[in-house]
Amino acid sequence: MIARGSVTRPPLWLVFCSLLGLLFGASLVSTMIGAAGIPLPRLAAALGLGTAGDAVALARDELVLWSIRLPRIALGAMIGAMLAAAGVVMQGVFRNPLADPALVGVSSGAALAAALTIVAGDRFLTAGIVSVRVEILPVAAFAGALAATIALYRLATAHGRTSIAIFLLGGIAIAALVNACIGLLVFVSDDRQLRDLTFWMLGSFAGATWVKVLAVLPFFAGILALFPAMARGLDPLILGEAEAFHMGVAVERLKRISIAAVALAVGAAVSVSGIIGFVGIVVPHLLRMIVGPGHRALLPGSALLGAAMTLAADAIARTLAAPAELPIGVVTAAIGAPFFLVLLLRQRSLVAL
Amino acid sequence: MSSLAKPLICAAAFALALASAPARSADVTVRDAAGRSVSIRDASRIVSIGGAVTEILYALGLDDRIVAVDATSLFPPQALRTKANVGYLRQLSPEGVLGLAPSLVLAAEGAGPKEAIAVLETASVPYVRVPDRFTGEGIVEKVRLIAVATGAMERGDCLAARIAADLAALETLRARIRAPVKVMFVLSLAGGRAMIAGRNTAADGIIRLAGAQNAISEFEGYKLVNEEAIAAASPDVVLAMERDGLKLGADEVLAGPGFNLTPAAARKAFISMEGQYLLGFGPRTARAARDLVHALDPDIAGRLPSETDARACAG
Repeated sequence: MIARGSVTRPPLWLVFCSLLGLLFGASLVSTMIGAAGIPLPRLAAALGLGTAGDAVALARDELVLWSIRLPRIALGAMIGAMLAAAGVVMQGVFRNPLADPALVGVSSGAALAAALTIVAGDRFLTAGIVSVRVEILPVAAFAGALAATIALYRLATAHGRTSIAIFLLGGIAIAALVNACIGLLVFVSDDRQLRDLTFWMLGSFAGATWVKVLAVLPFFAGILALFPAMARGLDPLILGEAEAFHMGVAVERLKRISIAAVALAVGAAVSVSGIIGFVGIVVPHLLRMIVGPGHRALLPGSALLGAAMTLAADAIARTLAAPAELPIGVVTAAIGAPFFLVLLLRQRSLVAL
Repeated sequence: MSSLAKPLICAAAFALALASAPARSADVTVRDAAGRSVSIRDASRIVSIGGAVTEILYALGLDDRIVAVDATSLFPPQALRTKANVGYLRQLSPEGVLGLAPSLVLAAEGAGPKEAIAVLETASVPYVRVPDRFTGEGIVEKVRLIAVATGAMERGDCLAARIAADLAALETLRARIRAPVKVMFVLSLAGGRAMIAGRNTAADGIIRLAGAQNAISEFEGYKLVNEEAIAAASPDVVLAMERDGLKLGADEVLAGPGFNLTPAAARKAFISMEGQYLLGFGPRTARAARDLVHALDPDIAGRLPSETDARACAG
């Protein structure tokens, strides 16, 4: 993929220190800014790092910080990391630079399930279930994401072999089908449902709670735990499936694990935050330009950069139009796309895709 | 030369015919919400688009002239049961509307899509845009326009006077409010994300009519609002609507991130009212505002003049 001899790369320790610094900086800025405006000295007190004079203001600051801002930061960081890492895995497995987590069908499945919940849920959910409606949407989206991936996997797998080409094309077909269904739902929905639907599709971390953080945590830990195993297998896979097989990689098992890991992680992410585009494409490519194609550095590096970038985008999303919120998908695409293009053009020779 | 003259003469004759046509046939001419002059010859077959338009036509006793309503015409309930349905207000199909052979289309300003409205406006059937202003005067304005367009001037004057009397009575109730409370209207809470009403919405209008203050005034329309901004806006009361018997639960809303830090959550102040009644801006709006005033402060209560006889102006 990349002409290794012609470039000098920064040492890995420097890259990782910078990424950690970036994530720390993004978290710090995210903690400090917000629509509720907490001045710095009171912020320190609310975090338990100092003393404050005004007890009433302190109580309010603590509540804003601990029940709104911090869970949102935790959720944003985890989801950003998962999306970026999932992007790396998808590009590795599919051996295609354009692959992104949406390819395994998770986004389509989740979107259809969410649209169904928003539009049809209103009509068919009886009064008894209404009190849990807030929780139904993420659960339905997650179920939809998994269902779509399983269907796609079944389609692409025959005689114990998963065809990446069928997976790719099947994913496109399923996305088209799902889009038709969503179009139909859009057609029958009213203003309020349409608004909910559109905003859901563009993604947002609004409504983040510690409960959601805890719900996403196992998936985050799961994909993190699989990093070493996936990195080992994905490196030889760059050469091709047959080549990797002869190098001792259990290719089918690797594909299965990777797809499952991505589906679970992205499914969890999409179900709580809606569809957040571009993180899964921009971050891995950005990092590939810096650390090269080796997955041992690429996977954890992308996770760190994805978390930092998502936090920064969310900080913009929740403050730029305050008190309203920009959908984060708008921010990631608006910043990510031009930035990515500039890098691509400047390093045209590096990315011989 | 003669080959050019012939079509020119034809065109001139056609233009002359076009120009003289409306003047010859018009009985009533109204200026609609878009500032267009619309000539109406016959108001015997009306397609009514918009909840308030249908409500007003029923209040004027013109329901037998309605051939079809749209899906937002939820009141009175028999409207959608007995009349043809042309679909959702913003998803109209020109053919669906014109296929009913109406002699007049009365449509709320918000009707759409734009292309469909453009087709309807250029069709030979008069199309009147009824203004959507979310104030008391706005309702009277709607009634007057509809009355003129349908030729029901006397009934229209009657209904307009009753609504004005209701609004005057409402104003005396409002005068008793000691301190205006901050109200936040929650349109929806999908996946824990709150869609809140800003300026220039029906919700903002009814909150003002009830002598309260909209907790969010920084933006127009309905938008996704940041949880911190919800906490910072510190509403005293959260208002929501119910539709088809479906409503947001008080606990569900007030326990959500952001809401749990507001005075509304501390006081458990959550009000839910029927959607078309609360946001319709039709003949019943003064009553809805009165109910809201009462819900905000139980000490303030009173009857409105129109409550004695709902169809007094129906002829």
